Amino acid sequence: MDYLLTEQQVMIRDLARKIADEKIKPVAAHYDETEEFAWPIMKILAESDLFGVYIPEKYGGLGGGILDMCIVTEELSRACGGIALGFAGTGLGAIPILLYGSEEQKGRFLPDIAKGKRLAAFCITEAGAGSDAGSIKMNAVKDGDHYVLNGTKQWITNAGEAEIYTVIAMTDKTKGTRGASAFIVEKGTKGMDFGKKEKKLGIRASATREVIFTDCRVPAANLISKEGMGFIVALKTFDNSRPGVAAQAVGIAQGALDHAAQYARTRVQFGQPISGFQAIGHMLADMGTQVEAARALVYAAARMVDSGAKSVAKESAMAKLFASEVAMKVTTDAVQIFGGYGYMRDYPVEKYMRDAKITQIYEGTSQVQRNVIAANMIKESLKK
Amino acid sequence: MHIIVCIKQVPNTTDVRIDPVTNTLIRDGVESVINPFDAYAIEEAVRLKERLGGKVTVITMGPPQAENALKEAISLGCDEALLVSDRKFAGSDTWATSYTLCAAIKKIGAFDIIICGKQASDGDTAQVGPGISTHLNIPQVTYVKKIEDISATAAKVERMTEEGYDIIETPLPCLLTVVKEINTPRLPSLRGLMKAKSAKVLKWNAQDLGADPRSLGLDGSPTRVIRIFTPAPRKGGEILKGDAADISKELVELLKDVVV
Amino acid sequence: MITIFLDKCTGCTLCVKSCPFGAIRMAEKKAVIDMTICTLCGACVETCKFAAIELKKGTDRGNDLSGYKDVWVFCEQKKGAVQSISFELLGEGKKLAEKLGVKLCAVILGSAIEPAVEKLSERGADKIYIVDHLTLKFYQDDPYTEVLVKLAQEYKPEVILCGATTIGRSLVSRVAVRIGAGLTADCTGLDIDKGERLLLQTRPAFGGNIMATIITPNHRPQMATVRHKVMKEACINKAHKAEVIRKSYPEDVMKSRTRLIDVIEEIEETMNLAEADIVVSGGRGLGGPENFAMIREFAKVLNAAVGASRAAVDSDWIPYSHQVGQTGKTVCPKLYIACGISGQIQHLIGMQSAKIIVAINKDPDAPIFKVATYGIVGDVFDIVPALTREFKRALKR
Repeated sequence: MDYLLTEQQVMIRDLARKIADEKIKPVAAHYDETEEFAWPIMKILAESDLFGVYIPEKYGGLGGGILDMCIVTEELSRACGGIALGFAGTGLGAIPILLYGSEEQKGRFLPDIAKGKRLAAFCITEAGAGSDAGSIKMNAVKDGDHYVLNGTKQWITNAGEAEIYTVIAMTDKTKGTRGASAFIVEKGTKGMDFGKKEKKLGIRASATREVIFTDCRVPAANLISKEGMGFIVALKTFDNSRPGVAAQAVGIAQGALDHAAQYARTRVQFGQPISGFQAIGHMLADMGTQVEAARALVYAAARMVDSGAKSVAKESAMAKLFASEVAMKVTTDAVQIFGGYGYMRDYPVEKYMRDAKITQIYEGTSQVQRNVIAANMIKESLKK
Repeated sequence: MHIIVCIKQVPNTTDVRIDPVTNTLIRDGVESVINPFDAYAIEEAVRLKERLGGKVTVITMGPPQAENALKEAISLGCDEALLVSDRKFAGSDTWATSYTLCAAIKKIGAFDIIICGKQASDGDTAQVGPGISTHLNIPQVTYVKKIEDISATAAKVERMTEEGYDIIETPLPCLLTVVKEINTPRLPSLRGLMKAKSAKVLKWNAQDLGADPRSLGLDGSPTRVIRIFTPAPRKGGEILKGDAADISKELVELLKDVVV
Repeated sequence: MITIFLDKCTGCTLCVKSCPFGAIRMAEKKAVIDMTICTLCGACVETCKFAAIELKKGTDRGNDLSGYKDVWVFCEQKKGAVQSISFELLGEGKKLAEKLGVKLCAVILGSAIEPAVEKLSERGADKIYIVDHLTLKFYQDDPYTEVLVKLAQEYKPEVILCGATTIGRSLVSRVAVRIGAGLTADCTGLDIDKGERLLLQTRPAFGGNIMATIITPNHRPQMATVRHKVMKEACINKAHKAEVIRKSYPEDVMKSRTRLIDVIEEIEETMNLAEADIVVSGGRGLGGPENFAMIREFAKVLNAAVGASRAAVDSDWIPYSHQVGQTGKTVCPKLYIACGISGQIQHLIGMQSAKIIVAINKDPDAPIFKVATYGIVGDVFDIVPALTREFKRALKR
């Protein structure tokens, strides 16, 4: 389908696809197996300027928006949803700075992110604060021109590999969600440590670790916006980043579908390619339609974000909900089309199914997305 | 440092198929690409520029469509591009091609080093690089797999041989032809692609070169193709059946005259 | 220029199919040549049954071709030893010389290479031109070019053959430009057109997908490099004695602008790929670098060289010098055994002229089986050790 991308976006898509095909596909199984972080690929992405697609030209980027970010994430995820997260996780870490950072903060951090010199990460989840992000325990106490951070963040994407972290911590516990603040913490700051690397079902090429803060002194100049804005920063960040996760889901689904279609064409049973059987043909048709519908919704939501619309929470949540459900369904069906081969790790499709699952969970589970959608719908209906 | 890279646009051999019925080349959908060996030449030139400063000029002789190959070279980091194109060049063999490229290089002016791929994947001659260096009367090193050291006046390089490699020092200016081992070519960058899109490719024809017309194209080519044919495709033979031990015994029997 | 006579063109489209460059199309039932694509190769001229296409050469330089005679073979030596490619060229050169009714001459450059005389004599050379100088001990572009140019200018050979090796291709490309000779690369077939005294040079192009026969009508000498292992070595006749012509040249001819600092032999493998009669190659199916040990062992038993597919080289399982295929080496052994190689077109280009191909792969649909003389569908980890054992026993190695 023609999504009327700009010339620059077509260029971005083609280059990201080339990197995915030529550089990521051959190594996807390797990184899935070893669970190593794919630094050689990050270097290629950096040299290709792709890290800068959504960052303003003023800060060394290419001046695109969330749609540009989504295009890259989707194409990379087609080859490996885990490796793509090095890019997408950096986007998640950069968005708070893009949205709420001061001129000085933007000038200090965005050029390195745009060049791919430093990766970024976003830290909100804690052991006791998952979907209920309001219950985070980590605190930040002001001490002169510093804040002292204490607490442990859990399941942080890019942890240990990234150098720039945006961290949500409580500056005033008495105020509840209005007592949270967002900070930029650089790797190497004394008192910042990383826990063990988690062993995961999927996206195994992505680094997921705890980030542990023990009397970690962060300059007050690294406070994003002002005290008490932490939750606003986090919610707006997710509104902007959810299309990205949705794009990852679309990419994973498309990758699995590509494999399934090719396999159906070449696998012969009962004397003919299995694509000739209506049972398989209809499955492929449904999968293709679902993926296209998801892509259309994701691009529409991303465009809405880029247009500067005031509230995009509902649309972002819809895109993420729909695309991640499609990814799970399509990758499961892809394994089904491969049959016994699909279940074997020698064949690529089971990995897509494992990778798809996370898209229904992180940055808000499908259930949380439905809450967001419903709440916004009710709010809109009240206004009518 | 001024580095010149000579490239060729070739049909992508991955796409080349033989029609099983007519036994001829199927050309439909065959894409034109930069000769794979030239990608290493471009990469090495761009790396030298990044290390030592200066500029990279990329040249090709070919039909107007070859401009695409030059633009791709710009997206990979080359600075200037020159297309040498004229119907008068048609039918050039390696002698006339190297003469023509030499005339273009002389017109460009001063340079420090010329880098070529070791050969083109369509013609496979490996003759144009040495031909250029001879026409220009500069030293050459072929099959270079590593540039160990380079200064403004000399380079120390490793030349791949059948048994290993030679270490050779050459004064500049010189011509090198390079093999795959020398580097891993980068992919283009977005900025490179944007630069390529707006880049102006300089175009020279036979008249611009001021070359001797008797040395160009078919007239300037000592060799002449008199017949082109498709060899009978190699046929698959028999599949040996049985367990590993049976197959091994059978194969030893089949190959006993060959392996002694 | 190339011309289509529209009155003669019947619109049969034979020429369209014959064009290797896709330069001909039909317009209003007549052939039209796209001159931006046409390379004037003349393939269409020959196919046209109605003489509707004419390829005319512009001006003939009217070169004087008389006075050129004899077939020369440039013989490579390394550390004083004549290389086997030279014996192959002497074998082929003899046939050409007989057809032309001229002498077969060997040319050898080196330092203290007197012992080569006997080797070249017994391989059938009628004359040997020998240039012995310390500078010529190892191959270097400048002095080798100067000497060969001087020799060719003085003695005017009709044909010069040279191996399509790293030395041969670098050297004669320069010589051909210097003396204005025609040169055809990497020939796999040579013959003589007796009437015109032309060398018919046949060579693969497009990675072996098409063959071209090339001549040098108006220039002498007619020069060609020849692929290793394609021609048969000349037989040894101890009684044959050649006339020896020893030449020496002033020091300025021996000058080299480049300086050879060192010659490194990589002794990891005992057998070089281009020279080997048998090549055992491993590919992606081996799964990792450690499994090349199995291939090396098998190769050792067969006294074979070790090759590899691009996939294996790109994964750093084995050095690039082992790569067979389009971006690696072209080999032409008597026996090529492909282990765990699927047979992408780029690999086939490098090995499909082997006389016998054995392929071992677990995928029965792998393209390698389409070219294999003997195919074995199975796990390389079962088959290769079994083959190694069996050959070891049979060959008592």
